[in-house]
Amino acid sequence: MSLSFTAVQAQEKIAVTAADYSNNEVEMADLMRSEGKIYVLVGVIVLIFIGLLAYVIQTDRRVSKLEKVRQTK
Amino acid sequence: MRQSWWKFLTVGLLLYTLVGGLLLEVPRLPILNETIRALHFHVTMWFGMILMLLVAAWHSVKYLRSNDLKHDDMALEFTNAAILFGVLGIVTGMLWAKFTWGDYWSGDPKQNASAIGLLMYFAYLILRGSLSDAQQRGRIAAVYNLFAFAAFIPLIFVLPRLTDSLHPGNGGNPGFNAYDLDSKLRLVFYPAILAWTLLGTWIATVRVRIRRLEREVEENRIND
Repeated sequence: MSLSFTAVQAQEKIAVTAADYSNNEVEMADLMRSEGKIYVLVGVIVLIFIGLLAYVIQTDRRVSKLEKVRQTK
Repeated sequence: MRQSWWKFLTVGLLLYTLVGGLLLEVPRLPILNETIRALHFHVTMWFGMILMLLVAAWHSVKYLRSNDLKHDDMALEFTNAAILFGVLGIVTGMLWAKFTWGDYWSGDPKQNASAIGLLMYFAYLILRGSLSDAQQRGRIAAVYNLFAFAAFIPLIFVLPRLTDSLHPGNGGNPGFNAYDLDSKLRLVFYPAILAWTLLGTWIATVRVRIRRLEREVEENRIND
């Protein structure tokens, strides 16, 4: 699916091809990945996400509790 | 937690976005290099923002038809969450632009248009803050919100496409014209849009529930 509108076909797109996945000319973080350090980064980000998530869930629960108090009144 | 099935979905999709966005294979493109992964984080902010603004506009219509303040709460809190996403979108876009386009702000048409769009929504909040009667505030804010949404869509989607822009799909852009066509990127990109939008919805609905409780407390105080 293309996000472009038919009215603006003038903006041609360069397709991403299989060659874009296998080329070695473009520098990527290959070393970082081969050393496994990328997993440290993934771990850090996921931990922060879980922490923030726990906070949101706790807030949600607190609101639920207040809603229950109101209903029983 | 209330209505929790979609909240579990949110958590699952967000975990998938974070891990898949960092680890799955991406095309090796010049200029972008690894930063292509910002697609799943920066671009999705704008998609999430627009979806939430759509919900807000829908509730503004419902408010105008019913004069029921619960729709005004929904419109306000979805707009609040959308603005949060928009600010994050513009900040992350600036950081990304520094390393791919060479500058935090290049006066790119889409950058300028999204900044104007954000200002319009800041004005929405200021407008609300200046009115003290709840029904009057609801009505004026709902009408303004519909005008703002009607202006925001062409600002973001149409005007930048009519001129040269650094953003993909807008004029000539050397680095990133085809990301939305690539199936491997879409594998994370589409779930990421859903994930971030659901997170925004979660935050918005919790705040709506708090507003309703506050209103009830207020009403009880008047009745007592």
